[in-house]
Amino acid sequence: MAGVKLLGFWASPFSHRVIWALKLKGVSYEYIEEDLSNKSQLLIHNNPADKQIPVLIHGDKAVAESLVILEYIDETWPHNPLLPKGAYERATARFWIKFAVEKGATFYAFYNSNTGEEQEKATKETVEVLKIIEEEALGDEKFFGGEDIGLLDLVLGWFAHWFDIIEELVGVKVLDASKLPRLHAWTENFKEVPVIKENLPDRSKLLAYFKHKYFAHLPSLDN
Amino acid sequence: MGEENKVTLYGMWASPFVRRVEITLKIKGIPYEYVEEDLRNKSQLLLQYNPVHKKVPVLVHNGKPIAESLVILEYIEETWKNGPKILPEDPYERAKVRFWASFIQQQARQSLFDSLVSAAKSSGEAHEKAMKEVFEKLTVFEEGMKDFFPSGTPHFEDENIGFLDIVLCSLFGHHKAQEEALGLKIIDPERHPLVYSWVTALNEVPAVKESLPPHDKMVALIQFLRRNAPHRSSEA
Repeated sequence: MAGVKLLGFWASPFSHRVIWALKLKGVSYEYIEEDLSNKSQLLIHNNPADKQIPVLIHGDKAVAESLVILEYIDETWPHNPLLPKGAYERATARFWIKFAVEKGATFYAFYNSNTGEEQEKATKETVEVLKIIEEEALGDEKFFGGEDIGLLDLVLGWFAHWFDIIEELVGVKVLDASKLPRLHAWTENFKEVPVIKENLPDRSKLLAYFKHKYFAHLPSLDN
Repeated sequence: MGEENKVTLYGMWASPFVRRVEITLKIKGIPYEYVEEDLRNKSQLLLQYNPVHKKVPVLVHNGKPIAESLVILEYIEETWKNGPKILPEDPYERAKVRFWASFIQQQARQSLFDSLVSAAKSSGEAHEKAMKEVFEKLTVFEEGMKDFFPSGTPHFEDENIGFLDIVLCSLFGHHKAQEEALGLKIIDPERHPLVYSWVTALNEVPAVKESLPPHDKMVALIQFLRRNAPHRSSEA
C-alpha cells in the first residue's frame, strides 16, 4: 500500500477533519506541519492551484480541498463508511455539508463585526443558522451521521472546539444548552468520541492563536 | 430502474445551476417534467420542497426532493446506474474532477460575480480589480486543465461529457451573452485558448446546445440585473 502524507496546520479545523477521517479509517499517515507564512515546496508543488492545506498525498497522488479529500478517503478506504449507503441519504448529507460551508460567511461576520449593530445582526443570523442545523439536520439523533459520526459531523466538528473560542473572543455566547440544547449536546458527544478527543488542538494555544489572527486568515488554512 | 420513476425538475430558464441538472438528465436519457419557476413569485411546491433555501434547481424523484445542483448531479449519477457516467470510477480521478469543479465554481464564479456587481455599481477601479481576479483564476484553471487535455483540443464524441464539462459549460457556456451585456471579454481565446476551445466544443454537444438559454433573452436579463439588482445571485 502506498504511503500517505498529510500536509496540515495545527490550528486548522479543515486539517483536523482529514486527521479524524484517517484515524476513523485506521489509515497510517505521516503528518507534516506547514508554516503558512513560509509554505514548503512540497505544498506548493502538490497544490499549485491555491497552495492551501490540507493536502493529502497518497503515493504519487495529491488531493486538495478538505471536502474533496474526505470523499477520496471514504472511497479509497470504504470500511467504516462516512457517508450513508442510500443515494437519497447521501444527497441529504451532502446538502447539509454545502449549507455548512456556505454559512461560513455568517460565522465570519459573527467573528469580525466592527460595530455593535453589526455584531447584533451577525449574532442573530448565527443563531438562526444554528437553529436550522439543530432542527433540520440533527433532529433527534445523537450525531449527524445517526448512531455514529459521519462526514457531516466531521465537517461541523469545528463547532465543538473552535467555536467557543470565537465566542469567548467576541464576548457573545450563542451555542449553549438553553438556546440550542440538542446541538450543544452534540458538541459534548462529539468531543467524547475517542478519535476526536485524542485529536484536538490544545485549547489555550488555540485561544492565543486566534487572539492574534483575524477570521480572514481561516480561508488560508484551507477551503 | 425505469418505469416507476417520476422525475420533476423545478428551474428557471437563465439559471446555470438548473442548466447543469438539465444537461445531466438529457445525457443520461432520463425522462423528466420541467417546471419553470417565477422567482419573484415562487410556487408553494418549491417552498415546500426546498424550505431551507427556497431556490432552484430542485429535483423531485418519486416525491423526494433534492436541492443544490452539484448534490443533484451526484444523486443522479448514483441512482441511474445505466447509461453514460459523468464521474470517473477511480477515486483519484474523481477527486481531481471534484477539486476543479469546486475551484471553478467557488473561486472563478465568485470573482466573476463580484466583478458583475462592481460593474453594476460602475466603480471602474473595483470592477477592473474584480475582472483581473477572474482572469487570474481562469489562468490557474487553464494550467490545471492541460492535465485533462494533453493533446490540447477538447472535442466530444457521443455526448461523452462529464461532471467538470457540465459545471464549466453551465457557468460559461453563455459567455457571449455575458460579454455582449457587459461589454467586455470574459473567455478570451487569446488569454485562455484551452478554456475557450473547450467551452466552444461543449456548446456544440446537443444536450448542451439545447439547454443554452436564448442569447438575446440572456443579454436582456443580464443588462436588467446590472441596472436594477446588483446584489442578486443568479441562483435564486
